[in-house]
Amino acid sequence: MRPVLRKVTGAAAFLILWEAASRSGLVDAQIVPPPSVVAVGLVRSFGDPTFLPGVISTVLSWLIAVALATAIGVTLGLLLGSLPRLRTASGMIVEFLRPLPGVALIPLVIALIGSDAQTKIVLATFVAVWPILLNTIYALGELDPQLIDVTRAYRVPRRRVALWVKLPATLPFILTGVRLSTSIALISLVSTEFLTGGTIGLGQYIYLEGSSAGRMDLVLAGTVFAGLLGLLANLGLSGLQRTLSPWAPKGSSA
Amino acid sequence: MLAVNGLGHRYGTGKNAHVALEEVSFTVDSGEIVCVVGPSGCGKSTLLRAVSGLLRPTKGASTLWDKEITAVPEELAVVFQDYSRSLLPWLRVAGNVEFPLRNQDLNRVDRKERAAEALAWVGLDGAGEKYPWQLSGGMQQRVAIARALAYRPTLMVMDEPFASVDAQTREDLEDLLRRVRTEHGMTVLLVTHDIDESVYLSDRVVVLSSAPTTVLTTIKVDLPVERNQIATRESERFVHLRGEVARLLRRSSD
Amino acid sequence: MGAEGKQRVSTVESPISTNPADPADPADSSRQRASRTLFWFVERWSLFIGCVLLWQLATSAADNPYFPTPLTIARRAGHLWLTGPAGHLWLTDQVFDDILPSLGRLVLGWGIASLVGIAIGLGLGRSPVAGDYFGGLLAFARAVPPPTLVPVFLVLFHIGPEMEIATIIFGTVWPVLLNSIDGARSVEETTMNAVRAFHTPWRRRVFSVILPAAGPKIFAGLRVSLSIAFILMIISELVGSTSGIGYQLVFAQGDSDLPGMWSWIVLVSALGYLCNSLLVAVEHRVLRWHRGATRRSEG
Repeated sequence: MRPVLRKVTGAAAFLILWEAASRSGLVDAQIVPPPSVVAVGLVRSFGDPTFLPGVISTVLSWLIAVALATAIGVTLGLLLGSLPRLRTASGMIVEFLRPLPGVALIPLVIALIGSDAQTKIVLATFVAVWPILLNTIYALGELDPQLIDVTRAYRVPRRRVALWVKLPATLPFILTGVRLSTSIALISLVSTEFLTGGTIGLGQYIYLEGSSAGRMDLVLAGTVFAGLLGLLANLGLSGLQRTLSPWAPKGSSA
Repeated sequence: MLAVNGLGHRYGTGKNAHVALEEVSFTVDSGEIVCVVGPSGCGKSTLLRAVSGLLRPTKGASTLWDKEITAVPEELAVVFQDYSRSLLPWLRVAGNVEFPLRNQDLNRVDRKERAAEALAWVGLDGAGEKYPWQLSGGMQQRVAIARALAYRPTLMVMDEPFASVDAQTREDLEDLLRRVRTEHGMTVLLVTHDIDESVYLSDRVVVLSSAPTTVLTTIKVDLPVERNQIATRESERFVHLRGEVARLLRRSSD
Repeated sequence: MGAEGKQRVSTVESPISTNPADPADPADSSRQRASRTLFWFVERWSLFIGCVLLWQLATSAADNPYFPTPLTIARRAGHLWLTGPAGHLWLTDQVFDDILPSLGRLVLGWGIASLVGIAIGLGLGRSPVAGDYFGGLLAFARAVPPPTLVPVFLVLFHIGPEMEIATIIFGTVWPVLLNSIDGARSVEETTMNAVRAFHTPWRRRVFSVILPAAGPKIFAGLRVSLSIAFILMIISELVGSTSGIGYQLVFAQGDSDLPGMWSWIVLVSALGYLCNSLLVAVEHRVLRWHRGATRRSEG
């Protein structure tokens, strides 16, 4: 209970300091409005006809992108992880594609498939695949050879080795990858919306309120809302990780 | 029952090859406990892996009931030296003991009963619902032994099974092994570097030379079948036998 | 080995090593070494080269303006960057006015964020109480997608390098900071007790005990933040800059210079690969003790 209380105290202290700094003119309230104003802005934006549909579009795209990335990343990862030759051969391709920021591809993807939701989904999936893929490959490499020896010593059939040994051994790594991918996918989604005019989404809302309207309270409201979404997803996935791997000693899920 | 004929193994090829075993031959009769002792680094673990069918030797072969061993035979169970890596961390203790039983023709109730019985033998009744990491090292090794016992093998192959448990547990487990052997008519092949243990446990001791490894000699242990940690170890015969083994090992490494 | 050694859940960004095989054995003949190097090269690059060839064949067959052939892209890239005066090593103005400044801002922003993140992270990680007070805020700050703050930074710093660097710092500091906290917490209590027993001064405690122990985690954070830095570099140059790789990328698009656009995309990918490889090389050097230790525990 104490740590939770401290976290709340820390957050409250931060908000009070921010409020004071903004009200006293220490920082320009036009650029960084006080949290009370941002909170009002957040509540009001739910009445804005573009905000809620935008949020729904962003969240749905997010779910689709992470699901697609997980499916692709785990499948490819299991394939490459089990075939060392193929993994070595494809290493260079992965190394060149992985660092490519999705945003650099925006003009190209828009030209190809238009500027609707599929663009941001494709780009978010592209950047979200890598952490999952690499963590899956890595997990298979980390599989203790002695565990495989044990299954051989007791003649455990291949299907049961996959289900009871390989899957549980790789699961924590895969989930760590999914957690990383989830936050990167959100960054990519918001950026794409931000940079692509004429779309809907949280990023586009922030762009319009910021660049055209100069409403910093609404920009920060959108930012806070996006942060809350990210935080919720992160907490949810940590919880899932703990539920799915109850064998891990407490406190080791970083 | 088990015959090892001219077994040799080298890792790698050409100039860089490392010869783990030069040529090793010995037999194990049904119902016997045979201990293999040798100086450290003489390839004891390689020998066990080859005998149990986990490793294909580069020279010679072993046979079980006159059939050449190419894969792990069904009537054989292996206990590995490194307990911490031979248990599945995501299964509870009981689950680990039951794991190999799942490929046998056993219903759920029998399986649970066998696992509970084996855990009781090693003094871990009631620990079935814990995860391996919640147990001490010695207890984890006892789980690994229980897993092999529950499997009811005809031949049990053990690689330094008591090397990492405390002295008291070690004595208990040594006596347990002798008792189970008599009660269930098991045959045991055990590798150790501990001279006292090899003499106390076995009916015969196979003494290996240092690399390039061959069998120096086989010593028959003519101690009474009923053994006692204190009385047996101070008996004249025991002291004589352990001296003989020690001298052989000392001479071989000089 | 204790019970806590078993469950190693780590964030892995680049398990695929790009280093050549083991250093050659002195006993090996040079011919053996040459054939091994050749094999290493073929194993790693043949599929990559095959894919580029396939790309060339497919794009020249499709003849679609959106998909120029790799050769066209290479020619365009050569024209864009390598036709400068001899005094500038034949590099064009774009190299000096866009590519290098972009990289400079990236490295500066990421470097500042890394130093700040490591310093604060180690401090918070060694102080459980402070860690608790800031824990909630940090978890939230990390979850904020950094591009959403670009409008704020635009008003605060106006269009230009300061805004780009601020965006990169804000976006990349959190992974480093949170991983440093984790790393500092992962120092074994026994180790700390031993260090205290020897009355080690705090400076040596930090640099010879806590920092090395937290190293693997810190590098994992650095790798994540480096890839985020690339994203933010491009974004801030797309919206708020008059130079840089992102600016040129969008300029080429507006100009319908599709081979040029592709050239910039390939450049970003190559630079990303280069920076990541450099970081991984540094990590391998710095964390050599760690790899040795893990290998030993794996038998």
